Amino acid sequence: MIGLPAYLILGALVFSIGLFGVLTRRNAVGILLGIELMLNAVNINLVAFARFNGDVAGLVFTLFTISITVAEVAVGLAIVIAIFRVRRTVEADRLDLLRG
Amino acid sequence: MTLETVGFWVVATVLLASSLAVVLTPNLFHAVLYLAAALVATAGVFLLLEQPFLFAVQLLLYAGGVVTIVVFAIMLTERLVGERIAQTSRHVVNGAIVAAAVFVGIVGFLIGAPLGAPRPAGTVDTTAAIGRALVGPFAVTLELLGVLLVVALLGALYFARSEE
Repeated sequence: MIGLPAYLILGALVFSIGLFGVLTRRNAVGILLGIELMLNAVNINLVAFARFNGDVAGLVFTLFTISITVAEVAVGLAIVIAIFRVRRTVEADRLDLLRG
Repeated sequence: MTLETVGFWVVATVLLASSLAVVLTPNLFHAVLYLAAALVATAGVFLLLEQPFLFAVQLLLYAGGVVTIVVFAIMLTERLVGERIAQTSRHVVNGAIVAAAVFVGIVGFLIGAPLGAPRPAGTVDTTAAIGRALVGPFAVTLELLGVLLVVALLGALYFARSEE
């Protein structure tokens, strides 16, 4: 029988891998992929807690985070494409227009 | 070894391997395909937790929607620039240290937390319960989510419009 801690540690591992991707990727699309992994890990935690506590709120939260993530990816990629049209690059290090 | 144990280890292995591939592979297009594998494995985790409705939502919205959008974006930007976009990493050591520190912190918190409760029997139909919660205590949130989706659609259209 797999207990709650196994699911939580799985979520923590996926979250750390996604954080590593966000910190190390140069490409803006790659950073977005890392954020996807982190949000996914949060969903695993929410569903595991909901299942082991018998509470439906965690499942509803998971539905909301999935929908919000889809909206976030659509807007984020539209911004990436808009930046790409202007600056001809999607490397996060070179997008320093707002640096003082 | 019950079927659930075997399923958990298979799904966990696939999920962790494809997640590592997402952040390590140099080819951006391959990274998106590995992300699709990771999202399908997460849907498998939902199935192990006896949530068939969330399993379907995860496959349809995440593995279907998000991956399609990202593939489109990569193809658009690659066509615009006319060359393959390399996916290099920087500060790998620092990133690994920070990620490992966060993981150790979470595990340290988990060790101290009282999580030994056994899994209750899943007799309730969670799909019907989710539906009742969506139009009951979470009705206002659901409406706000609809507003957010409209705003996101308009925002994406605004950013992606043609220059004229």
